[in-house]
Amino acid sequence: MPVIEVRAVSHRYGDHAGARLVLDDVSVRVEEHRLGVVGANGSGKSTFARLVNGLVVPSSGRVTVDGLDTAKEGRAVRRKVGFCFTDPDSQIVMPTVAEDVGFGLRRRRLPKAEVAARVQAALASYGLDGHADHPAHLLSGGQKQLLALASVLVTEPDVLVMDEPTTLLDLRNATRVSRVVADLPQQVLLVTHHLDLLDGFDRVLVFDGGRVVCDDEPAAAVRFYRSLMS
Amino acid sequence: MSTPLGLYLPGSSPVHRAPVGLKIAVMVLAGLGSVLLHRPVQVAVGLVLVGLGYAVARVSWRLAVAQVRPLLWLLGATAVFHVVVSGWQRAVVVVGVIAMLVLLAALVTLTTRTTDMVDAIVRWLRPLHRVGVDAERVGLMLTLGIRCVPVVVGLAEEVRDAQRARGLTASPRAFAVPLIVRSLRHADALADALVARGVED
Repeated sequence: MPVIEVRAVSHRYGDHAGARLVLDDVSVRVEEHRLGVVGANGSGKSTFARLVNGLVVPSSGRVTVDGLDTAKEGRAVRRKVGFCFTDPDSQIVMPTVAEDVGFGLRRRRLPKAEVAARVQAALASYGLDGHADHPAHLLSGGQKQLLALASVLVTEPDVLVMDEPTTLLDLRNATRVSRVVADLPQQVLLVTHHLDLLDGFDRVLVFDGGRVVCDDEPAAAVRFYRSLMS
Repeated sequence: MSTPLGLYLPGSSPVHRAPVGLKIAVMVLAGLGSVLLHRPVQVAVGLVLVGLGYAVARVSWRLAVAQVRPLLWLLGATAVFHVVVSGWQRAVVVVGVIAMLVLLAALVTLTTRTTDMVDAIVRWLRPLHRVGVDAERVGLMLTLGIRCVPVVVGLAEEVRDAQRARGLTASPRAFAVPLIVRSLRHADALADALVARGVED
């Protein structure tokens, strides 16, 4: 399992005097298979998730994934760490479903036949095989999130970071996505407001005011979070 | 399955299987050759040929008509202008040529995957790297441009719905400002997604 290390990380968006501190001296070492992250809006949990694949480079401190520094070796880190965003519409790059799944593979200049085979396998795995040539923007919300997931996982990352992937979905689609995530062999870091998705996780971090205020097994962390929010 | 304007319609017809280069070459030659059309009968022949292309590609006539529907107001205005200024025959030629070229371009996009088209363009542009043209980047730009059309249309519909829900009458500023802000936000999110998917700055 890859080791994610966040050491003494603080972060502000912008460098002007009034820039708010969104992460305040956060240190975490993650070796578990399933890590949940919860917190109120603006607590710093999404910024924390974005640190892991180098989308956000910290103002101070250091983040490494399997020893690779996200600030210096961003490209290598992003090959290891896939990222799934809240709004699938923002991460669908290509006009049709199959083309979008193949996008990351084509960027790696894999042979056409291999791209086609891996795309086909990914579409079948996520229940999208009947939609290969379907315009991506006409899929339902749940299908779009599955497409976003397939497009990330087809590149076989070691770690999958998901930033509130079920927030825009109805219960049926949220359940569908969470089942897919539950079966993944990858290490998963899941940021969510849906606390029931954390069942079976190894560890949960609770963020508040840019700091980790609780780091525990899911039941205890969720209890802490509920009391914090009340 | 509904196929929106100008998007790939899966198929295995000879038109679908024809090389991308040939399809684009036909389109360019038709554009150049259209300046030689001066009589309505010549334009009619051109339209029939394009219609044959649609038949061979097995694209329904409804979808074919849908390709020119957004241009009807433009075609109408052009026709009126030419009827008044230069007579009905010239109006038929001009409107017919525009419709023919739009239909032909739509036939190419309906029967060609975006990736195949972009791959071909990237291949043709690659020799230009000596003069500083980054073919891969041009290809990505074209792809994102095509992808963003339905996104911006969707955002525009949402803004219009939000205006209606709040009882606002049509106001260009009240429509344009939120649309531009949301489009820029989408562009930011898309940039993050591209980086996350391995496209470095």
